[in-house]
Amino acid sequence: MKKLINDPADYVDEMLEGMVAAHPDRLRRLDGTKVLVRADAPVDGKVGVVSGGGSGHEPAHAGYIGDGMLDGAAAGEVFTSPTADQLEEMVRACDAGEGVLCVVKNYEGDVMNFETAGEMAEMEDAEVVQVVVDDDVAVEDSLYTSGRRGVCGTILVHKIAGAKAAAGGDLEEVRTVAEKVVDNVGTMGMALTSCITPEKGEPTFELGEDEIELGIGIHGEPGVERTDVMSADEVADRLTEQVLDDIEIEDGDEVATIVNGMGGTPLSELYIVNRRLQQILDDRGVETWDAWVGDYMTSLDMMGCSVTVLRLDDELKELLGAPADTPALKRTD
Amino acid sequence: MADAETQREAILAAVENVADRIAEEKSHLTDLDSAIGDADHGANMNRGFQAVVEAVESDDVDEMSPDDLVKLVGKTIISNVGGAAGPLYGGSTMLASKELEGGITAETSVAFAEAYLQKVQDRGKAEIGAKTMVDALVPAVHTYKKSIEQDDLPPLTALSKAVDACERGVRYTVPLRARKGRASYLDWRSVGHQDPGATSTLFILEELLETAEEHLDGEVVRDARSPDVPDESPEEAADEPLDEEGE
Repeated sequence: MKKLINDPADYVDEMLEGMVAAHPDRLRRLDGTKVLVRADAPVDGKVGVVSGGGSGHEPAHAGYIGDGMLDGAAAGEVFTSPTADQLEEMVRACDAGEGVLCVVKNYEGDVMNFETAGEMAEMEDAEVVQVVVDDDVAVEDSLYTSGRRGVCGTILVHKIAGAKAAAGGDLEEVRTVAEKVVDNVGTMGMALTSCITPEKGEPTFELGEDEIELGIGIHGEPGVERTDVMSADEVADRLTEQVLDDIEIEDGDEVATIVNGMGGTPLSELYIVNRRLQQILDDRGVETWDAWVGDYMTSLDMMGCSVTVLRLDDELKELLGAPADTPALKRTD
Repeated sequence: MADAETQREAILAAVENVADRIAEEKSHLTDLDSAIGDADHGANMNRGFQAVVEAVESDDVDEMSPDDLVKLVGKTIISNVGGAAGPLYGGSTMLASKELEGGITAETSVAFAEAYLQKVQDRGKAEIGAKTMVDALVPAVHTYKKSIEQDDLPPLTALSKAVDACERGVRYTVPLRARKGRASYLDWRSVGHQDPGATSTLFILEELLETAEEHLDGEVVRDARSPDVPDESPEEAADEPLDEEGE
């Protein structure tokens, strides 16, 4: 294994230091923690929107801190939930008195630590609510979860809930729109290779040269089906059709889509997948209002991709299109 | 009941006894976890309780009320254990600590035990029979509550019965098929292994009993067989078909 690291034990710490050094005007690290918040947090009069989880999913989550998206993001060790006390510090640093929404991916450790953090913050009179994202249509239960995993659809929750908060929505309104995204989004992923965690230094699962894995999560956990290598179009067909069927997308629906890279796949290949994704939607009479292509929720250096589809209505379109200014995602009017 | 000073001393002694016991059993717990989990339970719990010992030594605990001291213990576990065990052991301790606001009495200790169990179940969403710490906690807490509230036994006797019930709960996890947590991935292969979380829960309770005997007056009935557990007894749960999914 060759990696651009120093000591694996310093991986997360040094990454965060580098992020703050790249964006000193926007990001601030809470002392003694692995939490980054907006430099100007808490923002007066605004509901706080925060997220977090294990490291290894960059640019998620700290890359989405900024105007129109997140107020804070906590980084755990690689693929390990942040501890509840760090999450609580984040919540309190992002609470301007209007309450805080925690966007949590459905993994047992994340959910338990966020719940505990919320209750700890509430003991200190903060108002905290959670929305748990479970967009992965590949599995019902998995190695790390009860129910579906939360994966790339989480970024759309960040964007839309963040926009609602920026527009002056109160905590209940921000929570409601976040739940609406969760109810209307689906994702399915695949891997060409396993990822290699810095501590372990070897692949977390073995895949033959002529094999791919369908229905993977984002922590190097195995998928639901191992098959022979397929063409990009065949992969796009499998992923897209399972997502569209699951969230019951029909003729006449408007959607936003993401072709998300897992960290090790070039943009060119993601565009090839997107080409086929858009063909399928056209064939089904579904209109794509917005199409994102890139690395949004990665799994270290894994080669592969996921396809995310979100059904839109007028409110979601307006919030998805609203301005955002973060290190990893920018939108202008 | 004992005054605040005595209670503080008892809590500090309990912390030390539990930390020593976990340190002693570190490899035992990790062995249990390596059979059906990710082999870090011993190391994790040991790191947490060593941090608790350091925290109560470095913090100014002399003026702390018993509930604040217990809260500090929970918070320290949260920040040093992580994973799911941090919220389950530390979060539950911390959040249940407010039941001890009036000091530790037979009544408040029942309330604490019930709140702790409730938090564990809320967090872990595990019912009895899923092969988790809940299988040890439920009989222990129910036995403690019944012994105090229905049978009117002295707290020490009640605690002794609770430890006994807890031990039976731990043994009960051996034949179960895991349906929660990392072990559930092994499915049938988890059968025949003792649950590490249930086991560490027993160690903690045994040390609490040991400490209480040293610090509190009262008659202890040794080797008391536990009374019938009021509801959700392991025996009843064991009658449920094993292949039925949880919830």
